[in-house]
Amino acid sequence: MADRPAAKASRHVLALGATSAIAEATLRLLAEQHATFFLVGRNSQRLAAVRNDLLTRGATGATTFTADLDSTAAHPAMLAHAATALGGIDLAFLAHGVLGDQSEAEKNYVAADAILRTNFLSAVSLVTWLANYFESERRGTIAVISSVAGDRGRKSNYVYGASKGGLDIFLDGVRNRIDRAGVHVLTIKPGFVATPMTAHLPKNALFAEPARVAKHIVRAIEKRKDVAYVPPFWALIMLVVRNIPRRIFKKMNM
Amino acid sequence: MGKSDTKAEQTPQFESWGRYPQFHADVVPLHWATDFPLKPSPGTPQLPVGLGRSYGDVCLLENGLLLQTVGMDRLLHFDQATGMLRCEAGATLQQILDFAVPRGFFLPVTPGTKYVTVGGAIANDIHGKNHHVAGTFGRHVLRFELVRSDGTRFVCSPIENPEWFAATIGGMGLTGLMTWAEIHLRPIVSRRIDYRGDKFHGIDEFFALSQAASSEYTVAWIDCVSTGRNFARGIFMQGDHSETPGPLTRSKEPKLTFPFDLPEFALNRFSMAAFNSLYFHKQLGRQKVGPVDYEPFFYPLDAVQHWNRMYGKHGLLQFQNVLPHESGREGMLEILRAITKSGLASFLAVIKFFGDVPSVGAMSFPVPGVMLALDFPIRRHRTFELVDRLARITLEHGGRMYSAKDARMTAAQFQAFYPQWQDFARYVDPGFDSAFWQRVTGRRPLDG
Repeated sequence: MADRPAAKASRHVLALGATSAIAEATLRLLAEQHATFFLVGRNSQRLAAVRNDLLTRGATGATTFTADLDSTAAHPAMLAHAATALGGIDLAFLAHGVLGDQSEAEKNYVAADAILRTNFLSAVSLVTWLANYFESERRGTIAVISSVAGDRGRKSNYVYGASKGGLDIFLDGVRNRIDRAGVHVLTIKPGFVATPMTAHLPKNALFAEPARVAKHIVRAIEKRKDVAYVPPFWALIMLVVRNIPRRIFKKMNM
Repeated sequence: MGKSDTKAEQTPQFESWGRYPQFHADVVPLHWATDFPLKPSPGTPQLPVGLGRSYGDVCLLENGLLLQTVGMDRLLHFDQATGMLRCEAGATLQQILDFAVPRGFFLPVTPGTKYVTVGGAIANDIHGKNHHVAGTFGRHVLRFELVRSDGTRFVCSPIENPEWFAATIGGMGLTGLMTWAEIHLRPIVSRRIDYRGDKFHGIDEFFALSQAASSEYTVAWIDCVSTGRNFARGIFMQGDHSETPGPLTRSKEPKLTFPFDLPEFALNRFSMAAFNSLYFHKQLGRQKVGPVDYEPFFYPLDAVQHWNRMYGKHGLLQFQNVLPHESGREGMLEILRAITKSGLASFLAVIKFFGDVPSVGAMSFPVPGVMLALDFPIRRHRTFELVDRLARITLEHGGRMYSAKDARMTAAQFQAFYPQWQDFARYVDPGFDSAFWQRVTGRRPLDG
């Protein structure tokens, strides 16, 4: 074999929402580095396809686990099982999430509740367990896909934005707590990515392919970054967006 | 046409590589083998498409649904001992090369671009520079799964559902959606190709070089612009995978993109003559021998993304035919004379001998003989009349044209080139259609 296993830290990877397009692209890169995977998703057929792909590309092993991550009560048992199955977790990668329907969420709290439950509460539940796990191990990485939408509330998607903004603040706090234990917490903030989640949106030059976003995510994991805008030009865009005075911002159509 | 449709202005149109003709259709991205059939199944016709690298209208469908398979790009299994790869139909040849070359394997057959999907390669039963020894891509396909719009799924191979295997290879995506395929890769020990280029003057020298060639890969670039002393000059290129162990690294991403549509006046008789002259004289001596990387050998045009923009917003028309050996020399001379006289030829013309390895597909293009392929910028009637004339010469000499490159064959011409088309039609999925299929079955008139 021509591929040499690279000396990388992310050997045992727990992927939550493993069938999301960004997750899949990222896991492919880790598979080339011969990682071992515990893959969690809702659809067993899709999980099997992802598993076969990762094994073909060089993964040392891959186990699939079907779960709806909205059921937070099931999280501790699932995560403990993952840690045992992998023989210890090096990287926990949270990639599940929904865009939701903003206009529906404006009319109907139930729709807003569903977005917050999936994007925020389930992540809080998972990271709570994982933070304690890694803190006691005194090592490891928690990488979480948030969004640029969490940087500022906009009328077009503020419920989704609030779920991701809340997540950002939660992760900031967890990082502040467990960085001293040697645990790396990475907040990943993708801009527009051409995925099934955004398939209905008209595409423009700001859209990036998942494979490109994945390269930046893997780099951010390796460099132990705190926050990574992916692709990185979004850091500049969001710097501008965050600094527009509120009295102007509230009049804008975004 | 799509232009009057307001929706066409809002979303980017799915174009074929020739950018002619243009039709509006809704693109439905498929990401999983279970995404098809669509639920609830709409009454609008559907057509699977990959990267849109066919040139004419085989990948287009007016007011239909284009099932874009590029999201189905998983590699499902690889056997390092035998080279058998099972992958989803949307995996591209580029992705396969990136995976296979570092493991010491290469595509069994490759076209002049690696930006095609496996599904597209099978649907058009593509060929490459090794056709004379390896046959078409379909020869190296072991099995695939076909899903019909009614939800029926079955595996096809030379022994399982062989009639569907034959109909789907070269079946232009019309027989159903292919979800995965198994292909047989070939071992290599290096990225390098042992290359040899020989200049030739005139068709007879090309024929002599083709008959004498012993390499796995052969192709010739031919000057279709120059007249007189330089008529039908060219460079005969041949190569073999190097047998000396060498680099097996992954290719770099191309950096160049053709940035905008070139204006129509930029490609003219004089600029094309200059291009052709420059290319002919790039190789200084009569013969050039040495190792080259596989990228420039197989995919010289892939180095510039969107090179089709060179032909401007009206696009390009490709002509590709094959004539049987008996009439090959006379027929090709007649065709080359018609092309040089028109002054419409461009830079990109290739000529090659097809071998006698039979194609697996019922509708496959290659047959033994001599093949010519070249691009024309679209200058409306002048180009259309020329291509129609070339189609008639092809027919007179017992040849045929390639559906994946065509936008102008008449129904009568197609049916004469492919008399088996009615047998094939029985395998077409009732929920599927294409602009090409509508045209060549006489259901859609040619414009212009």
